Amino acid sequence: MEESEVYEILTGVFHDVFMRNDIVLRPGLTAADVPGWDSFKQIEIVLAAQQHFGFRFSTKELDGLERLDDLVKLIVAKTKA
Amino acid sequence: MVSTPVLYWLPGAPEFRDRLAAFRARPSWDLAVALANSRLDFLATNALDEANRQAFPNGPGQEIAGDTIRLAILGSSTVAHLHAGIRVAALRRGLFVSTYEANYGQYWQELQDKGSMLHRFQPTAVLFTLDAYHLLAGVNPSWQAQDADVALAELCGHIECCWTCAREAFHCPILHQTPLPVFPALLGNNEHRLPGSRSWLIQQLNMRLREMSDHARVELMAVDDRAAQDGVRVWHDPALWHRTKQEISPVVTPVYGELVGRLLAAARGRSAKCMVLDLDNTVWGGVIGDDGMDGIVLGQGSALGEAFLSVQRYAKELTQRGVILAVCSKNDEANALEAFEKHPEMVLRREDISSFVVNWNDKATNLRIVARELNIGLDALVFVDDNPFERDLVRRELPMVAVPEVPDDPALVPQCLADAGYFESLSITQEDRTRTQQYSSNRERVALQAAATDLSSYLRSLEMQLLWRRFDRVGLKRTVQLINKTNQFNLTTRRYSEDDVVAIMDDDRAFALQLRLLDKFGDNGIIGIVIGRIQSEDVLLIDTWLMSCRVLGRQVELATLNLVAGQARSLGAERLIGEYLPTSKNGMVRDHYSNYGFSMLESKPDGASRWVLELAKFTPVDNFIEVREG
Repeated sequence: MEESEVYEILTGVFHDVFMRNDIVLRPGLTAADVPGWDSFKQIEIVLAAQQHFGFRFSTKELDGLERLDDLVKLIVAKTKA
Repeated sequence: MVSTPVLYWLPGAPEFRDRLAAFRARPSWDLAVALANSRLDFLATNALDEANRQAFPNGPGQEIAGDTIRLAILGSSTVAHLHAGIRVAALRRGLFVSTYEANYGQYWQELQDKGSMLHRFQPTAVLFTLDAYHLLAGVNPSWQAQDADVALAELCGHIECCWTCAREAFHCPILHQTPLPVFPALLGNNEHRLPGSRSWLIQQLNMRLREMSDHARVELMAVDDRAAQDGVRVWHDPALWHRTKQEISPVVTPVYGELVGRLLAAARGRSAKCMVLDLDNTVWGGVIGDDGMDGIVLGQGSALGEAFLSVQRYAKELTQRGVILAVCSKNDEANALEAFEKHPEMVLRREDISSFVVNWNDKATNLRIVARELNIGLDALVFVDDNPFERDLVRRELPMVAVPEVPDDPALVPQCLADAGYFESLSITQEDRTRTQQYSSNRERVALQAAATDLSSYLRSLEMQLLWRRFDRVGLKRTVQLINKTNQFNLTTRRYSEDDVVAIMDDDRAFALQLRLLDKFGDNGIIGIVIGRIQSEDVLLIDTWLMSCRVLGRQVELATLNLVAGQARSLGAERLIGEYLPTSKNGMVRDHYSNYGFSMLESKPDGASRWVLELAKFTPVDNFIEVREG
C-alpha cells in the first residue's frame, strides 16, 4: 500500500474517531494539533486503524509513534511485509 | 485479527454520521433513543453518548420521571472508557443514567470514607468491576492447596465486604462484573491440579461468586460467560492492559454497556415479557397456506426441519421460565391452528400460545391486539419475524416494540434471541414457572364471560377467593418482583429492593400484604401488594398499592379496599391517606381513589394527588370475592 492510500484510509479513521469531517491529515500532525486528542482517543485511533487494516500493532511499534507520518510509515511497511 | 462482537440483533445504522449531525442541530430524546437502537460500534457509541450528554445533560426531563439512575462504577483499573457504552445501553431502553467513577484504584477508600465524592454522589445503583490482576495480586504458583483455599476465602471475604458496605450506605441494587479469565495456563489441560495457578483460581472465584451473589442478593454481570462465547482475547487485550490498564478492550464496550443496561432495566421491571412469533418460515419452513400441513418443513429427518424445531424448543423453554408467547401471522386462522393441533412434530402447542392472532391485517395492528389481550405494554413485546419487510414496518409503526434482526438461518435464531437479552431476569419465581398456564386459564375465563348473560353472574360463577398474608420470606422473591415490575396498576410506582422489603416486614409501624387470587379455573398466584405505614396515631398512609393487570375487572380492587380498611381499623387508624404519583404508564389508576370514595386533599401541577378516606364513614362494598387470611 502506498502512503497516499494510507492517508486516505486514516482520514476516514480520524473522522470516525472524532466524529467530524474537517480534520486534514498531514505528516507533522500530533495530538497537540487536534482538540480532544487525549490518551483515550489515541487508543481509539490505534484500535480503529487495526480494524481497518486487519493487523495488530505491537507494543514496541506503538511506543515509536510521535507524529502522524510515523504511523503512516509503519502501516506502509506492515502492508508490504 | 479476531472479529469484534457487536450488537448484531439490532438493525444497522445507515448514514449514522448525518443523523447524528441532525440530532446535534435539533436534539430530540426520541431520536437519541432511536439512534441508540441501531448497531453502533464503539466509536459511534462514544459519539452518540457525547452528543446526547450535551443535548440532555440532566436527562430528558419530566416525561420519564423515575427512570433516572445514578450509577457508581467502582473499579480497580481503568473504567473511563466504559461509561459511554453503559449510558447508551440505558438510552436504548429510554432510561437516563448518570455515572460516577471512583478515583483510580480508590474504590475501597471511597466506600469507607463517608465524606467521599462517592457518598456525595448518592448512587441508586452500584457496579463493581474488580479485575483479575488486582484480585489475584498476591497469588503464588508454589502454593499448596491449603494456602490457595485460605487466599480464596480472604478474597471472597473482601468482595462480600465491598457489597455489604455499598448496601448499607446506598440501599440500592448492586451489580458485580465477574473478572475475565485473563491468565495463561501453567500446567495445561489439568490446570486445576496446580492450586496456586492464577488461571485456575480465577475460575474458582467465578464459580464462588455465583453462590455468594445469590446469598448476598447481588446481580452478577457475567462477562466471563460472554467472553467464553466471543473469545477472551476479543474482550481483553494484554497489550492494552500494559499500556492503559483497561481490563475491557474499548472495542467491546457497546456489548459491555448492553449487559449493564439490561441488568439495570431488569431491576426496574423493564425487561420484555412476551415473545411474538410469526409462523411461516419462522417456526416452520414453508407457507402453511400454500404447502399445507404435510408440506411444511419441520422436524426430525431434515436439517432445516430440525433447525425450525430448535427455534420452537427455545420458545417453549422460555415459557417455562415465565416468558409469554404470542403468535402474529398473516394466514387463515384455521390453517395455522391445524398445524398447532395436529402436526406431530410441533413442539409448540396451542396452549403454549397466550395470544393467537392470525388474520390478514397488518402486523402493527395485530401486535396492538396482542398487547391488549395480554394486558401488557407494547414495549413488553419482542417480535420475531423472518421477513425484513414486516420487521421494518413494525419498527416504523411501533418503535417501542423490540424487533431483532434474526439471522436467515433458523439454526442461528435461538442464540440470537439469547444474545439480544430481551428477557433478562434476575430471579425465578413460582409464578414465572406457571405463567403460561395462568394465561390459558384466563382464556377460559373470557369464554365463560362471553357465555354469562351479565357481569354479576359471570363474577359470581368464578367463585373467587382473595387470600391475604403479611409479607413473608416464602413470598419474598415474588413480592419484590411485583413491586419492581408492575407499571400500570401501580398508584405510586415505588420500587423496593429485597432489603427494603425485609425492612418493611420487620417494621411494626408498617403493614404489608400480599394478595393471592383463586378461582374455579385455578390459582392466579400473588397478584396484589399493599403496603401501609402508620403515619401518626390515627392515620394510615397507603405507601404502595399495586395489582397485576391479569386480574383487572374482577372486583379485586374493591375487595382489597375492604380488607385494607378493616386492617387499618384494627390498627387503630381513623383515616386512610392514598397517593397517586403519575408516570408514563400508570394513567389507568389516575382516578382510582376518587372512584372508591376517597376525597381529594391535594393536587399538584405534575399530576400527583393525595386523597383521604374517613373510616368512620366507610361501609364495605359488596362484591363477589370471599376474602380470608391464608
